Amino acid sequence: MPRSLAAGLAGLIFGLGLAIAEMINPAKILAFLDIAGDWDPSLALVFLAAVGVAFFGYGWALTVEKPALADSFSLPEKTRIDVRLVVGAAIFGIGWGLGGLCPGPGLASIAYGNFDSLFFITAMGLGLYSAGEIG
Amino acid sequence: MRMENFTPISALLGGALIGLGATVLLALNGRIAGISGITAGIIRPARNDWAWRAMFVAGLIAGAAAYRFGGGPLQDLQFIPSTLAIVLAGFLVGFGARLGGGCTSGHGICGLARVSKRSMVATAIFSTAAVTTVYLLHHVWGGA
Repeated sequence: MPRSLAAGLAGLIFGLGLAIAEMINPAKILAFLDIAGDWDPSLALVFLAAVGVAFFGYGWALTVEKPALADSFSLPEKTRIDVRLVVGAAIFGIGWGLGGLCPGPGLASIAYGNFDSLFFITAMGLGLYSAGEIG
Repeated sequence: MRMENFTPISALLGGALIGLGATVLLALNGRIAGISGITAGIIRPARNDWAWRAMFVAGLIAGAAAYRFGGGPLQDLQFIPSTLAIVLAGFLVGFGARLGGGCTSGHGICGLARVSKRSMVATAIFSTAAVTTVYLLHHVWGGA
């Protein structure tokens, strides 16, 4: 199905980017977050480039009525800054600082065959599920 | 700052590809490349909404695998925290991302690209929380 293939292609490019940027290496992410230690600012450039490209890419993509392979764009609808956003972001940040991994890099790191990746992803899945349970 | 660990070229190139991947997913599928959201939809699948998510994740892993087996410079990952810490971290990341409506890709990349106020707030909060957590763990409680 073309929609699945397209998603696979997008994921491939995204995953390749994560690997090239070395963002799948928890040590590199922690080195960026460790501003008081041996600071590695690489992640800042990763975000800069990613947001920069996506900003223009999104602007271009949204000039048309609908995406190429779907009936409509599925964009987030919430605009209010609510308690869930703030608390959720804080909890996420603590987890990110604790482990040095977030969802994308955590999943992509599976390609390197470490058990820790599986542990992280499994726990992440539990966390995703649990938060969904509380609505 | 350890200059030998600073990798500006690969950071910019990798980042550009990440942005491109997000653009492709939006332009073709009309979807936001928020990994936590995509994954959440695999764990709790809605009808007819599962395949593209699984393919995206498969592509993500395949892309990293292509880099690894293609001889990219990064050949070994370094997991510094204990396994227990990693499990706790994973749970917090998943829980927080679901609650907060996104993660570093959903809010930090896609949200900022859309100039979303919610994403700007979320990114500022989780970045501060992450830096503070690392500071406390490495320099206050645990020692460098």
